[in-house]
Amino acid sequence: MSRKVAIVATGQTHHKARRDDVNIVELVHEAVERCLEDAELSIDSIDAVLIGNMEHFEGIYLSDMWCADVSGARGRLGMKITTGGSTGTSLAIAAYYLVASGLFDTALCVGWQKQSEGDTTAGLISATDPIWERASFAGAFGTFAAAAVQFMKEFNVTEEHAAKIAVKNRQNGRRNPYAHLKLDITVEDVLNSRMLAYPIRMLDMCPASEGACALIFACEEKAKKITDKPAWVAAAETRHDSPFIGDVPMFMDLRTLRSASAAAYKKAGIVNPLKELDVIELYEPVSWAEISFLDALWLCERGKIVELIDKGVTSMEGELPVNPSGGVLCTNPIGATAMCRVAEAAIQIRGQGGERQVPGVRTALATGYGGNWWSDVMILKSSL
Amino acid sequence: MRKVAIVGIAQTKFERQKPGDAFADLVFDVSRRALDDAGITASELEQTITASQDFYDGRTISNFAVSDASASFMKPESKVAMDGTMALFYAVARIMSGAFHNALVVSHCKMSQGQPNAIYNAVFDPIYQRHLGLDAHCVHAFQARAYMERYGVTPEQCAAVVVKSRHNALKNPVAQEAGLVSVEEVLASPLLADPIHALEASPVSDGACALVLAEARRAEQLTDHPVWITGIASFMDAYYLGERDLAEPTSLLKAAKKAYAMAGIEDPSRQIDVAEISEYYSYQELLWSEGLGLCPRGGAARMLEERATSLTGPMPINPSGGVLSGNPYTVAGLVRVVEAYLQLACRAGEHQVEDARTAVAHGTTGPCGQSHCVVVLSTIS
Repeated sequence: MSRKVAIVATGQTHHKARRDDVNIVELVHEAVERCLEDAELSIDSIDAVLIGNMEHFEGIYLSDMWCADVSGARGRLGMKITTGGSTGTSLAIAAYYLVASGLFDTALCVGWQKQSEGDTTAGLISATDPIWERASFAGAFGTFAAAAVQFMKEFNVTEEHAAKIAVKNRQNGRRNPYAHLKLDITVEDVLNSRMLAYPIRMLDMCPASEGACALIFACEEKAKKITDKPAWVAAAETRHDSPFIGDVPMFMDLRTLRSASAAAYKKAGIVNPLKELDVIELYEPVSWAEISFLDALWLCERGKIVELIDKGVTSMEGELPVNPSGGVLCTNPIGATAMCRVAEAAIQIRGQGGERQVPGVRTALATGYGGNWWSDVMILKSSL
Repeated sequence: MRKVAIVGIAQTKFERQKPGDAFADLVFDVSRRALDDAGITASELEQTITASQDFYDGRTISNFAVSDASASFMKPESKVAMDGTMALFYAVARIMSGAFHNALVVSHCKMSQGQPNAIYNAVFDPIYQRHLGLDAHCVHAFQARAYMERYGVTPEQCAAVVVKSRHNALKNPVAQEAGLVSVEEVLASPLLADPIHALEASPVSDGACALVLAEARRAEQLTDHPVWITGIASFMDAYYLGERDLAEPTSLLKAAKKAYAMAGIEDPSRQIDVAEISEYYSYQELLWSEGLGLCPRGGAARMLEERATSLTGPMPINPSGGVLSGNPYTVAGLVRVVEAYLQLACRAGEHQVEDARTAVAHGTTGPCGQSHCVVVLSTIS
């Protein structure tokens, strides 16, 4: 790679179930402004703007157009990228490549969603094939339930294991001022919560949030001027799977993540991820997914992740904390969700984590999940 | 900067309706043929960038349905939800970064599956504008009128664009609407929104288009005649139409200036040999060609009347027949790039122009040209 690129600023809204005080463009503006404030820059210093959400959720066609004035796209390049749940990482990866290409020195990306203004499940149902799969895999619950049952059988994972993840991330989220859900819950609370689709219970599931998140990427020369703590991009990888859910052999055993993370480690020069990574921000749409997606990150022998989790390796005090932000289980503004993972990885490297700061973070990994078991991986480092 | 070339292309026949093909079938067809045209296999392909619209596909995450069809199974793929030229832009940037050697860019749309005016209404903000019933025809009629008033462009001059497009389309085997029509016939077609008549609006169309990109060394291994992307730029304008001067192609002027500077072009009116422009409405060929610097502001109608922009003129514009001859939203801009490639590679067949070495292709997204993308292509890197 010819050009070094870093994340130099992050900005996000305080995520909530409903934001009646702002409309869509005001919501986007909030994150963009906070990001520019973090960089102490004006929009004039930004060369390109990338934006994304899921259009069917609010029913705005070409939503980048309405947002042009608030995103900063007006008067410069404006590019809209949407890939479902992975929209946020797809945007971050695109912003990275636009700067890495040499065509732009700085790029701002912003992901957003305002779910209270539409019907998310109605929008999501149309993702799957109308003839073959829509009846079976309508919305998130059905797909995740099928996946969790398969995973639980194959890898001897129990409902208690999943419940522990739900508790860990909610407890982490309580220390994140931007998190949507701040729940002081126990494993019993999770296991006693309402069953949505076996084995997934209410507290196993991510919320529907509204919010926005923004990042600024800069080339080496600009990055060093903007901040003394850039989060350098060491790798950015994407893998997409088949268009039919039924063609994916084992849903939650995420082959796209295995492939993307292996490629990312190679690019970032990481040989032993368990030792070399300091923190992971994982896109876990459901408690079960944190277990299975972590298993795909080559941290241990295949199928053995539960042993690491049981030892507390992924807790805030552990060797490799996972989701200090509280993860998707606390905050899920869909078009921004994956970008929140990258933002948190950058926050941790930049030492801005406040009460949730993991000490001495030098290498952080963030993932995005979307579409039909697709994966994005970004690795950030404090120095390259 | 790393050089990027087009090494393979494919497009479907464009039709009013393609009931026999799902959109993934169209994507497979053009992806397969573009890779074959480039002489690379799906396993050699490193990445795909798609362009499609959830609203037209009726599918949220519209790239979900085309991941295998676009050869991106277990590979990096991303979707730009804008005109296909923006997907090209992203693919070019990814190759220029040094991380990839090649890319497939593919765009599809079956407009026949949607209701274009209802979908376009959803562009407008739901608080102040949507309830006015704005759609593509009516907002572009505002722009047509603003432009015609300022520069004294007549309805007959706008109609003459359609006459030229449909005439050129007779020589393009994939064009949808072709034929000999007169200015009088164009102006006698039903009025959609004053001053735009039915024949002056691009038709509902189904189809797909793909191209393969490669960095310099691979490109030269693959073909003796690569077509280089020597300049590319895009700018976005303000959203509210009332905040813009609709008679001026503001963001196009900026995009053209930047793309030409990158390509080392100082005088496009002399240095560009052929132009492929996204004119969804007749007046747009005139307004956009001025924005692209192919003639002075207000001078496009005269250039058309002097037949300078015809297939055999000194500045052929849309020898393919353009968007007026039928290309779907999102796909249209990528078709312009493919057509520019065909001209420079001397593969345009009956609609080939003579001695074309430098071309400009143009795509646009959003109401009244809110965003424009300008691509300069050349036979010389």
